[in-house]
Amino acid sequence: MTDQPTPCDDHGPAPVLENRPVIVEVRNVNKAYLRGSHIIPVLREIHFDIREGEFLALMGPSGSGKSTLLNLIAGIDKVDSGSIVIGGVDITALDETELARWRATHVGFVFQFYNLIPVLTAFENVELPLQLTGLSRAERREHVEMALRVVNLAHRMDHYPAQLSGGEQQRVAIARAVVTDPTILVADEPTGDLDRASAQEIMSLMCRLNRESGMTIIMVTHDPKAAEAAQVIRHLDKGYLNHAHP
Amino acid sequence: MALVVFVFAAILMLAEGLQKTLVDTGSWDNVVLIRKGSQSEVQSGIERLQASVIETQPEVAVGEGGRRVLAKEVVVLISLAKRGTDKPSNVIIRGVNEQSLAMRPQVRLVEGRMPRPGSAEILAGESVARRFAGAGIGETLRFGMRDWTVVGIFDAGSTGFSSEIWGDADQLMQTFRRQAFSSVIFKLSDPSAFDVFKARVESDPRLTVEAKRETRFYADQSEMMAKFLRILGLSLTIIFSLGAVIGAMITMYAAVANRTAEIGTLRALGFQRRSILGAFLLESLLLGFIGGAAGLFFASFLQMLTISTLNFQTFSELAFSFTLTFGIVWQALAFSLVMGFVGGVLPALRASRMKIVDALRTT
Repeated sequence: MTDQPTPCDDHGPAPVLENRPVIVEVRNVNKAYLRGSHIIPVLREIHFDIREGEFLALMGPSGSGKSTLLNLIAGIDKVDSGSIVIGGVDITALDETELARWRATHVGFVFQFYNLIPVLTAFENVELPLQLTGLSRAERREHVEMALRVVNLAHRMDHYPAQLSGGEQQRVAIARAVVTDPTILVADEPTGDLDRASAQEIMSLMCRLNRESGMTIIMVTHDPKAAEAAQVIRHLDKGYLNHAHP
Repeated sequence: MALVVFVFAAILMLAEGLQKTLVDTGSWDNVVLIRKGSQSEVQSGIERLQASVIETQPEVAVGEGGRRVLAKEVVVLISLAKRGTDKPSNVIIRGVNEQSLAMRPQVRLVEGRMPRPGSAEILAGESVARRFAGAGIGETLRFGMRDWTVVGIFDAGSTGFSSEIWGDADQLMQTFRRQAFSSVIFKLSDPSAFDVFKARVESDPRLTVEAKRETRFYADQSEMMAKFLRILGLSLTIIFSLGAVIGAMITMYAAVANRTAEIGTLRALGFQRRSILGAFLLESLLLGFIGGAAGLFFASFLQMLTISTLNFQTFSELAFSFTLTFGIVWQALAFSLVMGFVGGVLPALRASRMKIVDALRTT
């Protein structure tokens, strides 16, 4: 794709995916929104697999349905038809309560605007998903400190989001996303609100998580530079899916 | 919210103060006899013969020197002008005898001396002395076409006696041309003998009287007024609380609107709807509690105030204070929590029912 250095260059070669098991199976998914009396199709017959340890970038113009697809895979939105099976669980068959429980243990979220709770410290923000587990206080502390060490922010754990830069806030958000060791990490425009240097830093971090920890990452991005970190890039256009390897 | 709890607590304190004043006025082992069907001493009349029959009853305690601890009292209402404003108001004049003071340990002379029997001398309750012109020590009051000199001031604590003037019963009966006493009060030799005494006396054809323990008698006196205050207070509180609930609801809707992104984030992270519902309800209850505590804090200062008003049942001026009790504290706090809950439940439901995708879109 390009000869220029990519955010992943420092983190070793991309893993070979062919022999890896499929972890996400998206089968004939359709989704439409109702605007007044008009039905606007957003996703049409989406059908693809994601293998364990894959770093997938979903790209496409605004309104192409990439964020909707990400939300469906993350279990925060419902399909109109079709199914999504993640780690052997058909999440489209789960009810609201089961889905929330499933998200708590299987999905890590990274949002464009970080979505940290402003009244909680970095430590407390990262600890949030662990509140839903049966871990003891000491165990939670251990996990949080480790996650913050991974994103190189252990020294800022007592700081509030407002005391951190955008890049640092996104790193805290990544620590929060990985602290439960989820099955998949979903990221919606994780560099969309960052300057070039911070964006590079975030992509490097995500690459490291993918290559060193084998984390499966599904990322929506507009940024071709960010997409360079992915092994697989799929393009959505008017609700249809194409795909291309980088 | 704080204002509503303030009003709620203030009215309850007022009713409580009134009741406490009148109930404290009585003693458990004293019995009051008034004419059957009378609501108060002012309406009552007990003939001298009837009073003598009562005096001979075996339940009447015998005091020092073998004298019966019994007082035949006469109660008359007169109108006196208030200090400063000259506004007339009814005051109870109680004709007493030497046993009256002995039966009321809460009444004690704080200034001056006791009136001499057979003289135109009177004692004024502290509250009367302070608020009515001519009722201070050494001053003269004119009623019943005679001048009466105030020779002593008595303190009766927070009881209704503080709002009375006491004088010699015989003198007052002559002055007001009364042939009958208003009430007979005596101390029971055995406090548990009341029921037997009551049954016998009330069925005695010579006596058309009703016997009540003094505590019950004064509680009945305050009932109508306290009920009126409570109904008035509750009506005001209901109207005010509607405003407070709407205020709480607006606050909580604003809180939900300001935290939509956080709600979406927490739901995405796996927090259940009920966690969001619980968190907002808890916040709303906390707001209610803080409002309630603030209202109670300010209402507690009302205890420093003493107010006087007309007791509907005796038509006399009665001074009493706002009284804060644990019961009122609990009621006020429970009321504020209910307001917080009612105000918070709809916004909390809205927060918990938000679609995650829509909530996250507001980032």
